[in-house]
Amino acid sequence: MDAKVIRRLEEIVGKEKVLTSIENRIAYSYDATPALAGLPDAIVIPETPEHVSQILKLANEEKFIVVPRGSGTGLSGGSVPSSNSIVLLMNRWRKILEIDKENLTALVEPGVITAQLHQEVEKYGLFYPPDPGSMTISTIGGNVAENAGGLRGLKYGVTKNYVLGLEVVLPTGEIINIGGKNVKDVAGYNLKDVLIGSEGTLGVFTKILLKLIPKPQSSRTLLAFFNSIKEAGKTVADIIASHITPATLEFLDNTTIRCVEDYARLGLPTNAGALLLIEVDGHPAQVEEESEKIEKICVKNGATDYKIAKSENEALKLKTARRSAFAALARVKPTTILEDATVPRSFVPEMVEKIQEIANKHQIIIGNFGHAGDGNLHPTALTDERDKEEMKKVEMAFEEIFDYAIKLGGTITGEHGVGLAKKKFLEKQFAEPAIEFMRNIKRVLDPNGILNTGKIFELKPRCEGRLPSSREQIEKYANLWT
Amino acid sequence: MKDLKIPSDLIVQCMHCGMCLPVCPTYNLNFLEKSSPRGRIRLIKEVEDGALPITDDFIDEMYFCLDCQACQTVCPAGVKYGKLVESARIKIFELGFDRQALVKKMIFRIVFASKFVFKMIARFVKLYQKSISKFIRKIKIDRVLPEKLIRVEELAPKISDKFSDEILPEILKPNGEAKYKVGFLTGCFMNVMYSEINIDSVEVLLENMCEVYIPRNQACCGSVMAHYGDIKIAKELAKKNIIEFSKYKLDAIVVNSAGCGAFMKEYGELFKDEKDESLREKAENISEITKDINEFLYEIGFKKPNAELDLKVTYHDACHLAHTQKITSQPREIIKSIPGVKFVELNESTWCCGSAGIYNILRYEDSMKILDRKIKNILETNAEIVLTANPGCHAQIEYGLKKAGVNMKVMHPISLLNIAYKMMKNLDKDLVESYNEILRNRD
Ligand SMILES: Cc1cc2nc3c(=O)[nH]c(=O)nc-3n(C[C@H](O)[C@H](O)[C@H](O)COP(=O)(O)OP(=O)(O)OC[C@H]3O[C@@H](n4cnc5c(N)ncnc54)[C@H](O)[C@@H]3O)c2cc1C
Ligand code: SF4
Ligand code: SF4
Repeated sequence: MDAKVIRRLEEIVGKEKVLTSIENRIAYSYDATPALAGLPDAIVIPETPEHVSQILKLANEEKFIVVPRGSGTGLSGGSVPSSNSIVLLMNRWRKILEIDKENLTALVEPGVITAQLHQEVEKYGLFYPPDPGSMTISTIGGNVAENAGGLRGLKYGVTKNYVLGLEVVLPTGEIINIGGKNVKDVAGYNLKDVLIGSEGTLGVFTKILLKLIPKPQSSRTLLAFFNSIKEAGKTVADIIASHITPATLEFLDNTTIRCVEDYARLGLPTNAGALLLIEVDGHPAQVEEESEKIEKICVKNGATDYKIAKSENEALKLKTARRSAFAALARVKPTTILEDATVPRSFVPEMVEKIQEIANKHQIIIGNFGHAGDGNLHPTALTDERDKEEMKKVEMAFEEIFDYAIKLGGTITGEHGVGLAKKKFLEKQFAEPAIEFMRNIKRVLDPNGILNTGKIFELKPRCEGRLPSSREQIEKYANLWT
Repeated sequence: MKDLKIPSDLIVQCMHCGMCLPVCPTYNLNFLEKSSPRGRIRLIKEVEDGALPITDDFIDEMYFCLDCQACQTVCPAGVKYGKLVESARIKIFELGFDRQALVKKMIFRIVFASKFVFKMIARFVKLYQKSISKFIRKIKIDRVLPEKLIRVEELAPKISDKFSDEILPEILKPNGEAKYKVGFLTGCFMNVMYSEINIDSVEVLLENMCEVYIPRNQACCGSVMAHYGDIKIAKELAKKNIIEFSKYKLDAIVVNSAGCGAFMKEYGELFKDEKDESLREKAENISEITKDINEFLYEIGFKKPNAELDLKVTYHDACHLAHTQKITSQPREIIKSIPGVKFVELNESTWCCGSAGIYNILRYEDSMKILDRKIKNILETNAEIVLTANPGCHAQIEYGLKKAGVNMKVMHPISLLNIAYKMMKNLDKDLVESYNEILRNRD
């Protein structure tokens, strides 16, 4: 990037808000995704939506890529810089602008930390349910861009269920407002849903209006241990089938239990084959009734031990430990590659078994845990990126895992997004016309391809005439394109 | 020259999840990734890989870090961040990249390394505090003195009238049959600035039936030097202590300053490649038996005082106690065991106060921003006394409270315990008086 562009960026935001030192560039070359990195040419810290707008206009003029970034906890490489790019740092926009107690909404800046929003709204007896494992550091902007889920997804849904309105700077620099405080609103296309989960490729969020709900009156956190994952899986299925919807229904396999115990020292039995972390919430009487039912189901399915958190503090500890499962697995081996395969929830036991089988076949360690209640699994390979041979095996194993998930009607990502990490799997899940639909949206909104281009899919393929509609046809056409 | 490679195993353990960012005081000052644990680890990695030379900015980042190790406590992946930043500093120091190295070396090797010089300087400072200070101010020389020097003067707490190692004999026996034989580290700062804390500590140990050994020739523990990268002098001092303390057969070495205790627990590691087998073994043994005083008393089932102290207190976790030694509940248990004492938990109690060795002198501005946050939290507790178990934190918080114009006392938990013991026996007039003084300060 030439000095002229840097100077123009400095004119927009001020000299000290454009960082070009090699140390700063290195510090923004990665996010939480393993083995992915890229050096940006500069880091720019905008302070107003107008700054963002001007930066994007300049990018269209000078043809460089703009990569929005929250806290960089993303797990698909969404904020990893491409070449010829700048990082647009949004993590300092930390104001909660309004908490509307009458309409139950919160208007926030995109850099607000998820857990901080929780704390603030809970002071008013309100509740913002999405709680990704990274919530102590992830930003709301990043959550919206990835449509983040969390431990409470089963009962309360994911980020998109709570976004009411957005102020967005489009790739060409226009600032638009969509949505609002209306509970019902069907004016025009449902643009919100296109932008939520767009992984920073279709617009930069500068304000976010969120829906809040009343805080559940009470809750209870339970732990059940099993000899095998199969029994745990059966328990999950039975709980759902008995029409109880816990707020949280998470499972951990033996490898994960051991790592979590090593980190959190909670006194978990490290020889248990699997554990379920279950939280029920709501009216105290209902909580009472549901936890009793759950206990019975656990016992029936061979639970070896069953525990109820004695205090709020203990419950919090358990949930925190679960949230750190991913990072705790890093204790075993240097590199930890976490995946995000998701299947319709009745297939959870089958998928878990298959993952173990694949790991055994390739002789690699895969720890497994996840949001059992909603079918979102996180098979996590424990490896060493310096060991090229093993890395190859890991890649092959994940390929098979995704194939199997898709075969079961699942998806290649339940919450982390496609980003850079899963680009190559996207076409396994979608037929070419569906991907071309996405590409068309991107092309129309971002004709110069300046906003986080290179993530989710390649822009390239655009064949004339009739589109092939299945994977087989595409392969047949493949030669024509090259 | 010794191989200065930073072990790559330590570096790759970090999976850049970012869970450590919210607890890092420096990241929370500027919200820049390079000033976060994750960013610093990445910079260290690039330096090790040869992709980044040791730049000024890199050095600055390594010393901007407080080495508070809060990031290490929350890291689910078990990254040994403290080891990483310390080895990076050793590298900077030994390769001669640190511009302040000469000054630091002088301070470390001349002032700290010799007890004699340290005490001589302390005596001079004492004299200065008593008379010259006023004189200088009167004739207004302070206007021309360098700013940093003035600050050192302000930051330094009052030097005690008598140094503890000059009051305490080498061996002290409890009143009755001794149950434990313990060594006691008088330290450098504790010895000259908080001499009374050392005396309280020894008295409390005696009260708990310990025979106390205070080796005459003990040295400074070496922690400050090690944290700034001067590992050579740190090792020399450690060796001296290892030899001195190994002269007695001790059940424990009791330390009342968090930073010193943390470092003595690392002596074994420091000498793990030592060729002299007996020294290596001794070092290991010292590490094993070193205990923080709160930890030790808790373990031996300390004597519960039964005199009531009508006080509202709070507790600040010293980084090297909470994050390095993982001691958080013991001091609280000790404080809560004193009848009548109302304990108020301090918000963000494990957040660094900004003292961090000599950080508050070398990086005054940053240190003060961090201190302000601490003082704000302390004031919110409405306590009468802030308890903390490290001389650095003690002085820093005292300074912060003074700056804020608040009349709140800072104390070591063990001093409070000693007051309770004394009240029980209605013995020591001074201590009882200091308690009464607190009560008088109430409106
Ligand atoms: C330990 C750990 C646990 C996790 N657990 C979960 C989990 O349970 N559920 C889950 O869903 N995810 C989880 N994640 C993934 C990650 O935390 C989420 O994707 C999160 O939403 C990312 O937020 P961020 O602020 O860090 O965004 P970043 O990583 O900085 O960015 C993510 C994407 O958002 C874009 N972006 C950021 N800000 C904006 C903005 N203002 N406007 C437009 N685009 C923007 C970026 O360009 C990028 O594409 C976890 C990650 C870790 C490390
Ligand atoms: S140091 Fe630990 S908490 Fe911080 S990014 Fe690395 S692995 Fe995560
Ligand atoms: S040691 Fe303290 S200041 Fe240094 S990176 Fe860790 S948390 Fe931040």
